[in-house]
Amino acid sequence: MIGALKTLIWRDVRQSYASGGTWLPVIFYLSAATLFPFAVGPDRDLLLQTGGGILWIAALLATLLPLDRLVQPDLDNGLYDQLLVRGITDELIAFARLISHWLAFGPPLLFAALLASGLMGLEGPPLATLLASLAIATPALAGLAVMIAALTAGLKGAGALGGLLLVPLAIPLLIFGAGSLADQSGSALLFLSAVSLLLVAITPFAAGAALRALRE
Amino acid sequence: MRDEGSDSLRADALSCVRGDKLLFRELNFALMSGQAGLVTGPNGVGKSSLLRLIAGLLEPFSGSIHTPASIALCDDRMALDENLPLQNALRFWAKLDGKTDDDCTTAIAAAGMGHLAEVPIRYFSTGQRQRARLARTFLSDTDLWLLDEPANGLDSASVELLGQTLQGHLDRGGMILAASHIALPITFNLNLELAAVEQLEAPL
Repeated sequence: MIGALKTLIWRDVRQSYASGGTWLPVIFYLSAATLFPFAVGPDRDLLLQTGGGILWIAALLATLLPLDRLVQPDLDNGLYDQLLVRGITDELIAFARLISHWLAFGPPLLFAALLASGLMGLEGPPLATLLASLAIATPALAGLAVMIAALTAGLKGAGALGGLLLVPLAIPLLIFGAGSLADQSGSALLFLSAVSLLLVAITPFAAGAALRALRE
Repeated sequence: MRDEGSDSLRADALSCVRGDKLLFRELNFALMSGQAGLVTGPNGVGKSSLLRLIAGLLEPFSGSIHTPASIALCDDRMALDENLPLQNALRFWAKLDGKTDDDCTTAIAAAGMGHLAEVPIRYFSTGQRQRARLARTFLSDTDLWLLDEPANGLDSASVELLGQTLQGHLDRGGMILAASHIALPITFNLNLELAAVEQLEAPL
């Protein structure tokens, strides 16, 4: 089972890096960060104060971009049916998708955040906190994306619906994630970790149930 | 109810409901090692649903089903990476099924695709795509092959070649259950003729 999981994850990761789909959120993230100083002006203090929050919102929006290729193509292709015939369960498929999506989404996004924070003039401890909070949150964002992609697979206008679903679900992440930037005690990061763990833990089951319901 | 790991395929009083439509009712049949079965019937009568039910992708509405532990399903979908050459795309399933590269080559040859092993799948024609699906099925080397219209889009030489591979599988003690409108050149021990079930109107 572990071998099957590794094969499955490796296939997805290779496919998303090869298709270039991985870099789309990164480019989007950098463009959003570039636009912000143009919009509010180059005032250094203002950018320092608000930049972290903007980078957090950009991360949420970047989560939406890969939604349509997380589940739908493999579903249409019959991949999941073939895996199920081999005794690989829906939950395991969703778990593999969560890992592979995070591998293709998390590290590039962190890299983009590092570049973008330069545009906001973030450095030193605030930069470290921002990167830490994003690193903690990216598994949860990947989990949300997989859940939403599985729930909306097969629906018309799945993209728009996905956006609507993500916003309320991502609020706890945003509160604690962006909140950690101003928080000296470090407890916001702990709360962020708790929310992130919870979302990651329910992803295989929620997305797995959605995949099962699709076959009915 | 469904149980895996028997050495034959057996269905007892099997019924299938899709949406609110009863597809078939109280179906009984058995397939022993080395036997082949043919499912026939008009479009929409539930042939594919029967195969998916046996594969474990659908739950029976009632009745029980006993299947061998290892099953391969060949339906109308590729489950292969369109951008990869056939050989590389099959390698994914070879890894999952514990097969080697040589097994891939053998399966590709059995499907008559030897000259196309290095061609990306997105360039394949209808018949070639069907043969790629068959190659994936041959590769899995399971006890039971469930084939949904395996001869769709195949030319007569390919149907002949398919017949040889199927016969080889039966000779090794395998089982085949096929739904096909095109005559397949093997002897079937079982003919399941599905007929439309009279739908009872639910009282309002």
